[in-house]
Amino acid sequence: MAEAASLKVSVWRGGEDGGFARYDVPARANQTVLDVVTHIQRELDPSLAYRFACRVGMCGSCAMTVNGRARWTCRTHVRKVVDADGALELRPLANLPVIRDLAADLAPFFDKWQRAKGSFQPKDAPDGAVPEDFAVVPPGSKARREADAGIECIGCAVCYASCDVVAWNPDYLGPAAMNRAWTLVNDVRDGARGERLEAVAGDAGCHSCHSTQSCTERCPKNLDPSSAIAGLKRTLFWDTLLGRR
Amino acid sequence: MNRSRQAIRGQTHLWVVQRVTAMLLAVAVTVHLVTIIGAVRGGLSATEILGRLQGHEGWLIFYVVFALAAGLHGAIGLRAIAAETIGLRGRGADLAWLAAGLATAAFGIRAAIGLYA
Repeated sequence: MAEAASLKVSVWRGGEDGGFARYDVPARANQTVLDVVTHIQRELDPSLAYRFACRVGMCGSCAMTVNGRARWTCRTHVRKVVDADGALELRPLANLPVIRDLAADLAPFFDKWQRAKGSFQPKDAPDGAVPEDFAVVPPGSKARREADAGIECIGCAVCYASCDVVAWNPDYLGPAAMNRAWTLVNDVRDGARGERLEAVAGDAGCHSCHSTQSCTERCPKNLDPSSAIAGLKRTLFWDTLLGRR
Repeated sequence: MNRSRQAIRGQTHLWVVQRVTAMLLAVAVTVHLVTIIGAVRGGLSATEILGRLQGHEGWLIFYVVFALAAGLHGAIGLRAIAAETIGLRGRGADLAWLAAGLATAAFGIRAAIGLYA
């Protein structure tokens, strides 16, 4: 593929009712999308607002909509997302309020982690006390493997921004919160299973998921929130049918 | 139990009903299609249909279950579409959809009883 000498970058400026501004950014070898945004802010327009921290795919704070798709900008090479004409379109993450320019407000996203009861509630040691003994969790057990599969989420909100159901229903908890809930449902040390399943049930929870799997497709950590949600549905199905809740 | 918890429970029950009816429909639709293909061979007549259905409890039970499953499954599916496309949500809407599903089922059940009797 022939590479353009300069990139034609359209960047969202302003709040919800903002618009695109155009910048020409020199194309370089091994350039990431985050490099492009940083170049714009440092060399062309210091008023540009965006968010990043680690630059190496650990913190999850630089996610944006790159050419229509939510991605970590630090781990996205420009050559992977632009055509020969060098056109790049950057927006803040979808399905979240826009603070300004490329910075989205993640408060609703994290509020939903709380609503989905995404914090560990120790069964043996209420009120945060230290348990008397270590819990034994066999690494090969089914519950442990289910929990392991989803535990590496770093909360970047790429799945949330990619989810159609969030777009249709603003109350919907979204993939990350339910992925977290599923890891805790499978944590044998946790004591809030019933309340958590209650919190993720119904139209604002797992029962609205269409299993179209955009979350799984786009998760930069290759996690599978769609399967986690399916696990919650399965658990709630049998619990409801057999009168266990 | 507070209202929101009750609402969530109702939504979960609707979802469970839709899954169970889907399982029933998987079998019922297959039987239905095979019956249609069999029935239309050599022409379709009222005598033939009545001969198959009149006085046969097995077929009556099959069609009652089929109509109930189809009515509920369809209405619950439409409920989800209406919620997501035009934002029609809430307890009132849920009850209306349930009524629509049961009414649809009632028409089918009435027809099945008519052919049985």
